[in-house]
Amino acid sequence: MARFQVGDRIGPLVKPPVTKTQLVMYSGASGDFNPIHTVEEFAVQAGLGGVIAHGMLTMAFVGQMLTETIGDEGALEKFGVRFIDMVRPGDVITCEGEVKAVEEAGGWQTVECDIWATKSSGGNRVVAGQARFRVPV
Amino acid sequence: MDLAYFQQFIGKSSKPVKNEVEKGAIRKFAQAIGDPNPLYRDEEAASQSRFGRLVAPPTFSRTFDYGAIEGLEFPHAGLIHGEQSFEYVKPLLAGDVVYCTTTLVDAFEKHGKLGRMIFLVFEQRVMDEAGDLVQKARSVVIYRGQEGGA
Repeated sequence: MARFQVGDRIGPLVKPPVTKTQLVMYSGASGDFNPIHTVEEFAVQAGLGGVIAHGMLTMAFVGQMLTETIGDEGALEKFGVRFIDMVRPGDVITCEGEVKAVEEAGGWQTVECDIWATKSSGGNRVVAGQARFRVPV
Repeated sequence: MDLAYFQQFIGKSSKPVKNEVEKGAIRKFAQAIGDPNPLYRDEEAASQSRFGRLVAPPTFSRTFDYGAIEGLEFPHAGLIHGEQSFEYVKPLLAGDVVYCTTTLVDAFEKHGKLGRMIFLVFEQRVMDEAGDLVQKARSVVIYRGQEGGA
């Protein structure tokens, strides 16, 4: 496996547009039935202008980018994000990251990285955070 | 509900709740997030991996029941999820039986452009049947009283 180096970019993982059906599926799969994610009228009344995606759905997209980067032999050790902006149906989410620190010992690399996701509408970050993982050298 | 109400629960935990990691639940979760990783879906592929069984995606543990902190009651409809983080100690695999708890570790107030906001910091722990830590999570949720929110 190629060694990670400080400054390496991770991703991008470009997800298909978020759909209302996906928000219903994620509600069912996660048990988070907050109606702001699925019921248009409720979301409008709550002042959101329509349904918004679960923050945890966007975080799961970033998780996919990380596991695809790490591979089956590596392991994710830490993964955290702040939720910055709302994601709506139709948004295309792009997940990316950058390696900030690498340590090598005992046949393993431990990699610290910044991670984030942006949305197509506006391009600003919707989540941002850090992750740490290890991979065999 | 003011800050003092929440602060009296700092350090309090829920009783451990038994959760089973079901392979159907992993598949549905993987399908919902659109992650094609065979380790989440294909038992044959998973059995040939170092895990031997279907694997749960990194954020899957959010689906567990962590129980409730006795006496702590507030409306969840308008809550904003501010931050989420996970620390992974052991892999979480289909068929695992785990015991989950949540603890309120901090509560503080900030005044922002949305007005008064109460930040609640919860720590969730997932333990295996031997009592060993599988993973730990931290959630920051923002409470804004009766107003709507994300």
